[in-house]
Amino acid sequence: MTDAARNTAIEQTATKKEDIVPDPIAAGLKSGWKVTDASTLTSNRDFDVDVVIVGTGAGGGVTAETLTLAGLKVLMIEEGALKSSRDFKMREADAYPQLYQESAARKTKDKAINILQGRSVGGSTTVNWTSSFRTPDNTLEYWQKHFGLKDYTADSLGPWFLMMEQRLNVSTWMTPPNENNDILRRGAAQLGIPAAAIMRNVRGCWNLGYCGMGCPTNAKQSMLVTTIPSALSKGASLITHARAERLIFKGDKVSALECVALTPDGQAPTGKIITVRAKHFVLAGGSINSPGLLLRSKAPNPSGMLGKRTFLHPTVISAALFTQKVESYTGAPQTIYSDHFLGIHPIDGPIGYKLESPPLHPLLLATTMNGFGAEHASLMQQFPHIQSVLALLRDGFHEQSVGGSVELRSDGSAVLDYPITEFVWDGVKRAQLNMAEIQFAAGAKKVMPTHEMAKLYTSWAEAKTAIAALPYENFKSRVVSAHVMGGCGMAADDKRGVVDPRGTYFGLSNLSVFDGSLFPTSIGANPQLSIYGIVARLASDLAQKLTGKPAPKLIATS
Amino acid sequence: MENKPKSSRRTFLKLGVVATVVVAAGGAIYRSLNPQQHEKHVLDGEAKIALHAIVQAMLHNALPAKGPEREAAVKQAISNVELAISGLPYHAQKEVANLFGLLSIGLARRLLTGVSSGWSEAQTQEVGAFLQNWRLHSSAIFQSGYHALHDLILGPYYGNPANWPSIGYPGPLKELS
Repeated sequence: MTDAARNTAIEQTATKKEDIVPDPIAAGLKSGWKVTDASTLTSNRDFDVDVVIVGTGAGGGVTAETLTLAGLKVLMIEEGALKSSRDFKMREADAYPQLYQESAARKTKDKAINILQGRSVGGSTTVNWTSSFRTPDNTLEYWQKHFGLKDYTADSLGPWFLMMEQRLNVSTWMTPPNENNDILRRGAAQLGIPAAAIMRNVRGCWNLGYCGMGCPTNAKQSMLVTTIPSALSKGASLITHARAERLIFKGDKVSALECVALTPDGQAPTGKIITVRAKHFVLAGGSINSPGLLLRSKAPNPSGMLGKRTFLHPTVISAALFTQKVESYTGAPQTIYSDHFLGIHPIDGPIGYKLESPPLHPLLLATTMNGFGAEHASLMQQFPHIQSVLALLRDGFHEQSVGGSVELRSDGSAVLDYPITEFVWDGVKRAQLNMAEIQFAAGAKKVMPTHEMAKLYTSWAEAKTAIAALPYENFKSRVVSAHVMGGCGMAADDKRGVVDPRGTYFGLSNLSVFDGSLFPTSIGANPQLSIYGIVARLASDLAQKLTGKPAPKLIATS
Repeated sequence: MENKPKSSRRTFLKLGVVATVVVAAGGAIYRSLNPQQHEKHVLDGEAKIALHAIVQAMLHNALPAKGPEREAAVKQAISNVELAISGLPYHAQKEVANLFGLLSIGLARRLLTGVSSGWSEAQTQEVGAFLQNWRLHSSAIFQSGYHALHDLILGPYYGNPANWPSIGYPGPLKELS
């Protein structure tokens, strides 16, 4: 009944856009996918399945397709809504409340870091900027040495990365970079700093530049248009607007999962409860939410590490004004990167950082740029000439970079307490200096770090002295994050981690964590491909364990 | 503001903490009397008048210089702020409501913002001085308050397509938006 009503509504709202871009989600719903919007439930519901997966992002999507193809009865639970290309209108004011956790204004406990995390079917993969990197070798080596993850080697993971790269069409982007990215390339080249092209998970990309608001042309090979439709068309079920509230334990097993149905705006419980019984439970709600669910459920915590070591790649931005138009809002968003500053010191030395050039759109730019009044207005008026470079700081590889802790608010929601240490601030300062130098080398007229006490500096000499003298502390220096990792870290034993190297929760034999919260450190690169590859291996192991047969390989369908 | 004597600064901070506690306690009492655990927070009365004044200082000459165009733009900016607040999770809406609750109390306004008259008579320059003071304040409470106002006013303002031509932003491809 509900699904029929939904399909009717979909047909009625068909617009001209569908004539240009066919919507695979609308077509799937019409073909009879088992999708329930929990906001429409008028009574409590019970489900009994082989495997329930909480979350539909990078980890949940890969798990759902793998287990469904293996013949298991799979149910996906998603807190957000099912949105698709027909809804993706490239408008920040609509996209952020619909597609992001906390309206794209999720913050750490002290509010010093703003966190971008997805919240709709497809999770963060629906809104990410398509940057695809395998887990760096030195990150894996650190995991082997410090967390006993012996089979996490580049060689043993290689086939899994390759399989997911083929599944999601991760490939070299042949279109020339937009000016925003080319400035990073040219500036780095001027200074002899190596930079290279970023691989992207796209197929037939229109080069529009709006990946962060949901791909309007279904070119981005997110979970929304790949693994999830594949699983649904082979019989998996999906419940949207359902928040996993609590796991119920019996002995060393999870016996059930309780979810609350949410209102259509996703903000409040409707009062209806969904109870899921399953042979196996997979958590893939992402860092912050996965540990949050486990904390709410009072899961066993022998290591005391649950929710700890949560990492952010703390990110800082340097803005620059150029004489020419940069138009950072148009063209593929991140196509050039430099790992030069990740390699200057040993991985466990002073914090290193990766450089990239993010897309700029008016809402996010206006909130990210410091200042107000005439100063802010004048900068915004030069929007087409603004370029920016960001530095992702590689946290988690040093005793003074242990990340943050997930806690619960009085209403049971999860919040990350992430104090920024002096060790991290030192990296922020060095990154701001390096980015300004690169921007001036590329011909910037003015450069300004996103810092409340910074000014528009007109030369590298001026910027060098001023940036070195700025105080680096909460609120003065803007820090953001788009990569939340860790909190259910993997390790060979329950002294050092929350889950074992197969992702199985220590102390709960039928519970797996298959998302970015597995990572015992940050990745040191945009994490989506790390999640895809590692989860593909873990989910395939689980499929074999549950069915007694090798899991089928994931193959691109079109 | 920069030259404020030290004792006045200290009073400013101390009262800030007291007032925050009072406002939070007020909210707790209100919620205990209202069994509905989840609630939307709507700005009204003095809070809305405060927002009217703060919007003008925050946006300054991004807004039309004067006349009915300016007033219409301010009204639009306020309604964009309200829409943005309504999209936040309830715990964040509550914090925003507490901030505006604080700004609505006359004594708190005078001591914490230095805006001497009521918000309806406040001069843009005076409000700008308050924002600058909070922006560079040594206490995290005030800095985070400034950032909340900054993000809630500037973000939605520039998220509104009506304000795109003024910054040279062409907006997305029309055929697909």
